[in-house]
Amino acid sequence: MKRIEAINDFVIKFANVNGSGSASANELFAKAVMRMGVPVSPRNIFPSNIQGMPTWYEARVCEKGYHGRRGGVDMMVAMNPQTWDTDVAEIEPGGYLFYDSTRPIPESKFRQDVHVIGIPLTEISNAAYADPRQRQLFKNIIYVGALSVLLDLDAAVFEKLFAEQYKGKERLLDSNLKALHLGRDYVKTHLEAPLGIRVQKADKVGDQIFTDGNSAAALGCVYGGATVAAWYPITPSSSVPEAFQKYCDKFRVDPVTGQNNFAIVQAEDELASIGMVIGAGWNGARAFTATSGPGISLMTEFIGLAYFAEIPVTIINVQRGGPSTGMPTRTQQSDLICCAYASHGDTKHVLLFPQDPYECFEQSAAALDLAERLQTPIFLMTDLDIGMNQRLCKPFVWDDAREYDRGKVMTAAELEAGKDFGRYKDVDGDGIPWRTLPGTHPTKGAFFTRGTTRDPYARYSERGPDYIYNMERLLRKFKTAADLVPQPVLRPASEKTPLGVIYFGSTSPAMREALDVLDAEGLHLDAMRLRAFPFPESVNRFIAEHEKVFVVEQNRDAQMHSMLVNELEIDPASLVKVLHYDGTPITARFIARAIRQSVNPPQPEALKLPKQKELV
Amino acid sequence: MTYIAKPRLHHPTLATNKVGYTRRDYEGRISTLCAGCGHDSISAAIIQACWELDIEPHRVAKLSGIGCSSKTPDYFLGASHGFNTVHGRMPSVLTGANMANRDLLYLGVSGDGDSASIGLGQFANAMRRGVRMAYIVENNGVYGLTKGQFSATADRGSKSKKGVINSDSPVDLVGIALQLGATYVARSFSGDKAQLVPLIKGAMAHGGAAFIDVISPCVTFNNHGGSTKSYDYVRQHNDAVSRIDFMPQHSEITAEYAAGELVEVAQHDGSLLHLRKLHLDYDPTDRYAAMSYMNSHQARGEVVTGLLYIDPLATDLHTSMNTSETPLNTMSARQLCPGAGALDKINASLR
Repeated sequence: MKRIEAINDFVIKFANVNGSGSASANELFAKAVMRMGVPVSPRNIFPSNIQGMPTWYEARVCEKGYHGRRGGVDMMVAMNPQTWDTDVAEIEPGGYLFYDSTRPIPESKFRQDVHVIGIPLTEISNAAYADPRQRQLFKNIIYVGALSVLLDLDAAVFEKLFAEQYKGKERLLDSNLKALHLGRDYVKTHLEAPLGIRVQKADKVGDQIFTDGNSAAALGCVYGGATVAAWYPITPSSSVPEAFQKYCDKFRVDPVTGQNNFAIVQAEDELASIGMVIGAGWNGARAFTATSGPGISLMTEFIGLAYFAEIPVTIINVQRGGPSTGMPTRTQQSDLICCAYASHGDTKHVLLFPQDPYECFEQSAAALDLAERLQTPIFLMTDLDIGMNQRLCKPFVWDDAREYDRGKVMTAAELEAGKDFGRYKDVDGDGIPWRTLPGTHPTKGAFFTRGTTRDPYARYSERGPDYIYNMERLLRKFKTAADLVPQPVLRPASEKTPLGVIYFGSTSPAMREALDVLDAEGLHLDAMRLRAFPFPESVNRFIAEHEKVFVVEQNRDAQMHSMLVNELEIDPASLVKVLHYDGTPITARFIARAIRQSVNPPQPEALKLPKQKELV
Repeated sequence: MTYIAKPRLHHPTLATNKVGYTRRDYEGRISTLCAGCGHDSISAAIIQACWELDIEPHRVAKLSGIGCSSKTPDYFLGASHGFNTVHGRMPSVLTGANMANRDLLYLGVSGDGDSASIGLGQFANAMRRGVRMAYIVENNGVYGLTKGQFSATADRGSKSKKGVINSDSPVDLVGIALQLGATYVARSFSGDKAQLVPLIKGAMAHGGAAFIDVISPCVTFNNHGGSTKSYDYVRQHNDAVSRIDFMPQHSEITAEYAAGELVEVAQHDGSLLHLRKLHLDYDPTDRYAAMSYMNSHQARGEVVTGLLYIDPLATDLHTSMNTSETPLNTMSARQLCPGAGALDKINASLR
C-alpha cells in the first residue's frame, strides 16, 4: 500500500465533539509544531453550537510557510463517531487514520487504502483517572502524546509548553505531563513510529508570533487609543471586545487611582452599540464597535448619520457567511458592498482589508487615526478565517514616538482668536472641515449636529446649492481618503506578463502559494493586494497595464469586481472573476486551477484525461 | 411659528446669574413649531432652569431624536453643542457622549413617538444603565410632523382629530422608568411652569438617570374633545403629589413652608430639593410605593404630577464602570498607549 511520505509538509485534521475540551489539546499540538521551528496554520471548523455537534481542527504543517488552507487531509484524528464515515472518506489515499480503538469498530467502516492506527484512548484514560471530566479532558492530552511520537515531535517541547501554561499550578502541570506520557509510552511500546509524515526541527518560524486576528484588532484598539467600546455579542466578532476588555484590564487601569481609562458597554443591540460609538466620537473620544454582517445591517441608518454628520467611528466587521443568519461560523468576504455603500442616499465609506493578525493590529490602530482625520466611519473588514484562527505572522510593532492624529479639531484658543468656524466648510481644499468638541468655548464654536441638510455653518438648510456644496465636498473628502489609507502592495511576476491578479484580506496566504505554484509552471502574474477602499490611482494603472486581470474574492457576486468597475469606470471585460464562497477558506489549489483554466482553456484531447484529484 | 427674530440687544439692567449670563444667553434659534405648542413652554422652562442653576451654557450637551420635540434643542441653549440624532436612538448617542466626557451635563429631549414607539428599547436600556442625564419626554400622544397619527402613549379610547379611536394600550414611560431603575422620576405639564422649572433643575443636578415625562398638548393635532392629552383634559385631571423648590448647593433657604408638609432631600452634589408634599401619604423616596400610588390613581383617570420618585444618593454608569475621573476624551497617547516595551512582552508571550 502506498504510504504518504512527507517531512514538515502535511495536513492533519482533528474531528472532535464540540465542548469535549479538545480545542486546547489541539492548540497544544499546533504550538508544539511551531516550537519545533516549523510553520503551522490551524483552522477551527466549528458549528453554531455549544455542546454536542461536530467540530474540526485542521492544521497545515508547512515548512515553506504557506498559511492558506491546502485542501485534502493526510492524517485524520477521528475522535467523533458522528462524523466517522465522512472523516474517513476525506483522507488522501496512502494517508493515516488515527482512532480510539477501545470499542471495536466493524471492518467495513475502514478503508483499505489508508494506514490505520488504533489506540485504546478511553481505556488508557479510564485506567488512569477516576473523575469523568478528567477522563474526558486527559483523553485529549493522551492522543496529543501519542501523536507526538507518531509524528516525531520532541517531548521536551511539550514539557516546556506545559511549564509555561501551568506556571504556579503544579498539580495541573503534573497531571498534564502524566497524560502526555501515557500516550507517548503506549505508542513506543505497541506501535511503529514515526510515520511517513513527520515533523523535523527547522528554523522557519523565526521571530513570528502565533495569534488570532480578533485579539490583534483589540490590541490595536488599545494601542490606537480607543477609550470607548460598545458592542453586542455576535459570532465571529465577540472575541474582539472581550479581548479589548482583557487588555484594558491589564494596561488601562490607573495605577494610582485604580480607575479605568476606558469604558466598555455591552449594549442591548447593534443599533445602540453604534449609537454609543457615534456619541463618543462626536464628543472627542476614540470609540469602536465590533460586529458581523447582521449587525452591519442593523447599524446602517446610524452609519449614514455618521457619514453625513461627519463623526469619527471605527467599525470592526469580522465577516461571516451571509445573507441573513447565513453561515454564522463560516468565513466569507461578502459584506463589501453593504459596508462600502451603507445607508440610504448617496454614501461611500472607507474600508480597510487586513490580511492577517499583524495587519489587524496595525490597521485597527490606523482606523482610529483615519476616523478622526477624515471624520467619517472607517470599517476594518476582517473575517472569520483571520479573526478566529491563530496564524503565524510578523511580531507587532509600535513606535513610541507616534502621536495620535486627532484630525482637524478647533481649539478654544483658535476660536477666541477669531478664527472662522464653519463646521461643514471646506477651508483647506481637501473636503475635510474643522470641528469643535462640545464644551470647548463659552460663546464660540457651538453648532447643532444633525442628519438633515445644512449650510457650511451647520444651519438647517434645504436649499439646493447648500446641499450640492455639501455632497460635492463629501466626495472630495472621499478622494482625499484614497491617499491616506494603506496603499496596495505589489508583487511583480518573475518576468514581464500581460496577466495581473487583484486580491485582498484573508485570500492572501492562499494567493501567495498559488502564485508560486503558477510561476513554477511558467504562468506568470503580477499581483496587487488591495489594502483599502477607496482605490488610489495605482489600482487604475495596474489594471490598465495588463490585458487580463483576475479579481479573486470570497463571495458569490464578485463584490470587489463590482466596486472596481463602479469606482474606476473600468470595462468589466478586462476583469476576470475568481470566486470562492462555500464558507471554507479559499485554497491555493482553487485559485491556481481557476487561473490556469482561464489562461489555457482545456483542449478537446485534454478533456479525455482523467481529472486530477486536487481539481475535484 | 414666528418669523420675527427677537433682537439680540437687551436692556442693560437685565439680571445676570452667578456665572455672568443673562437669561437671553440661554436662548436658541427661533422655534419653528406651531404657535401655542406645549413644547415651546418646555424650552422656556429649560432656559429658565439652566439660568437659575448658574450653568455655563457650553457645559451642557443637548441631544434629541427625531420629531417635533427633537427639533426643540435648536431653540434653547444656542451656545451648547446639540445633536439631533436618528429616530428613537438618542439614548444610545447620549450614553456614548457621556462615556466620552463625564464632565458635561447631558440633556436628552425626546417625544412620545421617539421614546415610547420606535425608541422604547433604547429608552428602557438607558434607564437600566443609570446614565447620568436629564431625559425629558415632551409627551403629546401624537405624531405631529407626519400629521396626527397616534403614538404609543395615546390612551386607549382617546380620539384622534380625524375621529379615529385608539384601541391599543398606552405605554407609561413613568412606570417603565420607575421599574427599570431610573433614580429621579417626575411627571409634569407644559402648562405648569411653576412646577416644571424646579423639576428640571432637580433633574439637571441629579447624580443618575433622571426622567421627566412632560405632558405637552399638541395644539394642532391633539387638543380637541376626546383627547386625553389636551390642555383642558390635563388641567381637569391633574393630581399633583408634590411641589418642589430647588436649592443649589450653599444657597440660603428662603422659602417658608408649613411644618409637617416639607421634605428636604439633599442630592449627591449638595443641592437641596424642598419637596412640599401635597398628599401626606406619598413617599417619593420609596420606589415601590410610588409605583403603587401611580397605578391606583391612574386607574381612576388621574394624571399624577410632581416629583414621583427620587433616590438622592443615586450613582451612575461611570460609578458602575469605575471610569476615570478625568474625562476619557482628554487623554493622550501617553496615558492610553502601553508602549513598545509592553508590546515586546506581548509578542514574546505569543511564540
